[in-house]
Amino acid sequence: MVLSKSWGTRGADIVIFALLAIVACISLFPLWYTIALSFSDKAAVNAGRVFAWPVGFNLSSYKIILEDHKFFAAFLISVKRVLLGGAINFVLTVIMAYPLARDNKMFPGRKFYVWYLVFSMLFSGGLIPLYMTITELHLQNTIWSLVLPGAVPIFNVILIMNFFRNLPKELEEAAVVDGAGPWYTLIRIFIPVSMPALATVTLFSIVGHWNSFFDGLIYMNKPENYPLQTYIQQLVVRIDPALMQTLTTEQLIELSKASDKTLNSAKLIVAMIPLLLIYPFLQKYFVHGIVLGSVKE
Amino acid sequence: MISKKWLLNYHLMLLPGILLLIVFSTIPIFGVVIAFQNFIPGIPIFKQDWAGLDNFKFMFQLPDSRRVFVNTIVIASMKIVLGMIIPVTFALLLNEIRVRSFKRLVQTIVYLPHFMSWVILSGILIAMLSIDGIVNQIIGLFHVDPIMFLASNQYFRHIIVWSDVLKEFGFSAIVYLAALAGINPSLYEAAEIDGASRTRKLFHVTIPGIMPTIVLLSTLSLGNILNAGFDQVFNLYNPLVYSTGDIVDTYVYRIGLVEAQYGLATSVGLLKSVIAIILIAVSNKLADKFANYRIF
Repeated sequence: MVLSKSWGTRGADIVIFALLAIVACISLFPLWYTIALSFSDKAAVNAGRVFAWPVGFNLSSYKIILEDHKFFAAFLISVKRVLLGGAINFVLTVIMAYPLARDNKMFPGRKFYVWYLVFSMLFSGGLIPLYMTITELHLQNTIWSLVLPGAVPIFNVILIMNFFRNLPKELEEAAVVDGAGPWYTLIRIFIPVSMPALATVTLFSIVGHWNSFFDGLIYMNKPENYPLQTYIQQLVVRIDPALMQTLTTEQLIELSKASDKTLNSAKLIVAMIPLLLIYPFLQKYFVHGIVLGSVKE
Repeated sequence: MISKKWLLNYHLMLLPGILLLIVFSTIPIFGVVIAFQNFIPGIPIFKQDWAGLDNFKFMFQLPDSRRVFVNTIVIASMKIVLGMIIPVTFALLLNEIRVRSFKRLVQTIVYLPHFMSWVILSGILIAMLSIDGIVNQIIGLFHVDPIMFLASNQYFRHIIVWSDVLKEFGFSAIVYLAALAGINPSLYEAAEIDGASRTRKLFHVTIPGIMPTIVLLSTLSLGNILNAGFDQVFNLYNPLVYSTGDIVDTYVYRIGLVEAQYGLATSVGLLKSVIAIILIAVSNKLADKFANYRIF
C-alpha cells in the first residue's frame, strides 16, 4: 500500500527527526565533551576555552596515566573482580536455575527453595549489619568481600529459571532416555540452547561488577586495594567534606580551578574503555533480555 | 521420573547458593537487633546493652532524620514522574520513524549512558558544571554570572533528577518500544480505512495500546518512592547541599560507617526497609488488581 504523504505529515516527520537528533546529541555530549577535555591543553581547559573540540591537542594526560602504577593496579583489581565475580554469578545462576525449573512434583523441595530466594530478594539487613558480617568473617581487604555478598544474582536465577521452564520437555526426556545424569543434561543440553539468555544476564552482571564502587570503598581499608571505580571516586569525584565547610566560596572556586580536569577526564575515559568494548555485544543481547524478563508461563 | 539420585543432585546444585545466601543475606537480617541496642563496637552483639526504642525516639528528635526522609521522597517522586513521561514520549517519537538506520543509530546512542557508572558520570557532570565548565561558558554568553551548581541548594535536586533522566530515559524506553511493537497492525489498517489522521491514530490506537504497560510500570514504581539513588547522590553531593540533597541512604552511611553510631544508623535503615516493604507489597497488590500482573 503506497500512501502519498501530505505536506503536513512530511512536516511532522521533519520535526520528529530533528527532535530525535537533538536528543541523541544531548545523550552523547557528556562523553564527547570529556574526550575533548582529555586531549586538550591544561591551560586552555582551566581558562574555559574548550567547547566541543580539543584545544591545543596533546596526549600528555594519557602518557601520565600510562606511567601511573596505582591506576593500573586498580584497573587490574577491577579486571580480577569482573572475571571472578562474573564466573561465580554465571555458575550459581545455572546450577540454581536448573533444579528450580523442574515441576513441583518432580522436585518436591522446589517450592521451599523458591520462597527462600524471594524472601532473600525482598528482605535484607541493610548496610550496617552486612558490613559487620563482612568484618566478622575477616573478608576486609580481600577480593571476596567484593564478589561473595552478591554471589547469588537472585533476579537472574529467576529469569533463567523461567527460561528453562519454557524449553521443550522433549529435550530433557531424550537425554534421560540416553542415560544422561542431571549435570550432563544441564551442561550439554540446557546451557548450550540457552546461550543468548545466559549471555545477557552474564554481561549485565559483568557491567555491574565493573561499575560498582561502594563496596570497594567500605570494605577496603587500604587505597592500594581499591578497584578502579573506587580509586577514581576518591581521586576525581570526592571532595573532602571537612574542607568544604571551612573554605570560603572564593577558595572553593580556586580549588576547583586548580584541579587537573584534563588528567581527570583522561582517567574517566580509560575507565570507560572496557565498557565501550563490550557495548556492541550488550546491545545485541539486552533487548532480547528485557523481553526475556516478561516471559512467563 | 523422580529418582533418588536426581533429587540428591538437585539439592546439591542448590547447596552452594543457599549457603551463600544464608551467610550474606539471612544472618545480616538478625543484625537489625542493633537498632534496639546501645551498640558499642568491639563487644559481641549478644552482650550489648538493650535500648528498647531509644534509637527510634532519638531519630525522630533529630532534624536531620526528618530532612533526609523528605529529601528522599521529593527526589524519588520527581524521578518517578519524569522517568515515566520522558521515556514514553521518546518511545512514541521513535515509533513514528520508519528509517531503520536512523532509528538504530539513535537507539545505540541513548542506551549507552545506562551502562556508565555514577562514578564516571559524576566525574563528567562535575567537569561540565564546574565554575569554568561548559555550562557556565554557555550561560556566560548571555551575560549571566558563573554559578556553582553543585553547591547550590536551588539547583541540586534538579541536577540529580535531570541527570538521572539523561542516563536512564533511553533504556527505560525499551519496554515501551516493545509494547508499541506488540500493537496489532490491523488496528492501524482499520483506522486508515476509516480515514483517521496521524494524530487520531496516535490517540486512538497507539496510546491505548501501550496504556496497560504505562499503568503497570507506574504502579510498580510506587515501591521505589524511598529509592532516590544512593550511588548518584553520594557522588554528587557535598555538605553545602545537605539540606536539599542528603537522602536516607547517604545519611545511614555517614552516621553509621563514618561516625560509628551503629545503633542509630541501623534504626534509620530499618525504618526505611519496613516502609519500602509495605510499599512494594501494596504496589504489587495494585498491579495485580489493575493490570493482572504477578511476579510469580
